[in-house]
Amino acid sequence: MIPAQFDYHAPTTVDEALRLLAEVEASGRDVKVLGGGQSLLPVLRLRMAAPEVVVDLNKIPDLRGVRDDGDAVVIGAMTTHDNMTREPLVRQHALLLSVASATVADPQVRHRGTFGGAIVHADPAGDIAAPVLALDCDLVIQGPGGRRTVAAADFFEDLFTTAVGEGELLVEIRVPKYTGWGARYEKFTRVAQAWSVVAVAAAVKVEGGSIAQARVGLTNMGSVPIRAHAVEAALIGQPATADAIKEATRRAGEGTTPPTDANADAEFRRHLAGVLTGRAVLAAAGAS
Amino acid sequence: MTRITVTVDGVSYSDDVEPRTLLVHYLRETLGKTGTVVGCDTSSCGACTVHLDGDSVKSCAVLAVQADGSSVTTIEGLAQDGVLHPMQQAFHENHGLQCGYCTPGMIMSACALLKDNPDPSDREIREGIEGNLCRCTGYQNIVKSISAAAKASSSTPAGVA
Ligand SMILES: Cc1cc2nc3c(=O)[nH]c(=O)nc-3n(C[C@H](O)[C@H](O)[C@H](O)COP(=O)(O)OP(=O)(O)OC[C@H]3O[C@@H](n4cnc5c(N)ncnc54)[C@H](O)[C@@H]3O)c2cc1C
Ligand code: FES
Ligand code: FES
Repeated sequence: MIPAQFDYHAPTTVDEALRLLAEVEASGRDVKVLGGGQSLLPVLRLRMAAPEVVVDLNKIPDLRGVRDDGDAVVIGAMTTHDNMTREPLVRQHALLLSVASATVADPQVRHRGTFGGAIVHADPAGDIAAPVLALDCDLVIQGPGGRRTVAAADFFEDLFTTAVGEGELLVEIRVPKYTGWGARYEKFTRVAQAWSVVAVAAAVKVEGGSIAQARVGLTNMGSVPIRAHAVEAALIGQPATADAIKEATRRAGEGTTPPTDANADAEFRRHLAGVLTGRAVLAAAGAS
Repeated sequence: MTRITVTVDGVSYSDDVEPRTLLVHYLRETLGKTGTVVGCDTSSCGACTVHLDGDSVKSCAVLAVQADGSSVTTIEGLAQDGVLHPMQQAFHENHGLQCGYCTPGMIMSACALLKDNPDPSDREIREGIEGNLCRCTGYQNIVKSISAAAKASSSTPAGVA
């Protein structure tokens, strides 16, 4: 199938894009923002959405690329998953975001799909949100009234719903530096290329053979990504050994209410969360 | 209608397209380049893979208007002067296809992989073609073909990309 007809605009600046969004909304017409298109274009093809106007962000150079901003790394919303896997600044200071991006879909989708698009899409099985939450990223949103910053903990509101409102764009993602931390994104899928049944994002700082700091985020264990604070607390001070890590992480799924679907029921998901958190932290700590 | 100018397999084209036209439909229906095929409705199968400014993409998940000013390489642009590209030759010699439906996309993904990683392990080959589904071969001979092409090109300076 092909998408329904729409008018197409490809602005070259964020201001122009926001102006277009405001104009179209004022005229009462339905508008969609096009990022990498790897979720939106399949949806349009299946006619699950049929906007009258599409505003494409691909021609806005300011939304692409990664820069160093002192104690944070700043990632443009239109930076592709493929760029995220390779970008040296991200690998050095926020390795978790890079290794998680490398597990999204396949090479072709990673060449087009974007870091910001995946965050705004907020599919509960998507692989970018839990790492963003685990690393306490700040999401910078721009609208007609200027810019505002929302912490990751407040950004994901529900299935496919975030703090980005109508007429607004996610413009950049600020990640505090986690220089020298190990990272692992551990994903359980039914077949290669399938979406995560459950996945775990882990970053740890090991000092003198023990875990000094830990960050853990869970994918697809609820309608929004979940931060495993209790596991993080239990890990701190533990030796970076298989036994200690296994003990501290096995209850990662406790207290969550994950979905039941054709891939797994809630109880199996809770079991997976414990097992995968152990594996993720072990790998992130460089232990085996 | 929107006017676009795109270089496809080395030839420049200018056409009026509807914004909703997918790149794959532009290639097939406007340019007649039916070597690139459509295998699904969900951007999952990879049969439609082409190179857009050097990167592999699924041409069913890109709008034709988004390719304006870009350069596209399809399976039809690989052979030179009637001589198969080394990757095509390797698929031919290693029985890398059965029905052949996935082959155009498979070969475009394989070429993109070798450009990035000229000497991939079998595991890296399997990851490189993760976005391409084949319902016939069980992948074994596809992996063998790509591996053979990598070895062939490491002994010829021209490379396969
Ligand atoms: C075959 C296949 C397999 C996939 N597998 C996975 C997987 O394993 N894991 C995974 O995480 N993802 C997967 N994806 C989805 C992929 O990661 C997408 O890239 C991502 O979900 C959306 O990013 P995008 O840039 O393509 O956004 P688009 O598809 O362009 O947009 C998605 C939504 O976000 C909005 N949007 C985009 N950018 C912005 C912005 N800057 N500001 C405001 N709104 C914006 C759009 O309006 C739209 O509603 C897969 C996709 C395909 C086709
Ligand atoms: S036709 Fe494009 S991925 Fe299947
Ligand atoms: S050879 Fe038939 S689908 Fe691959």
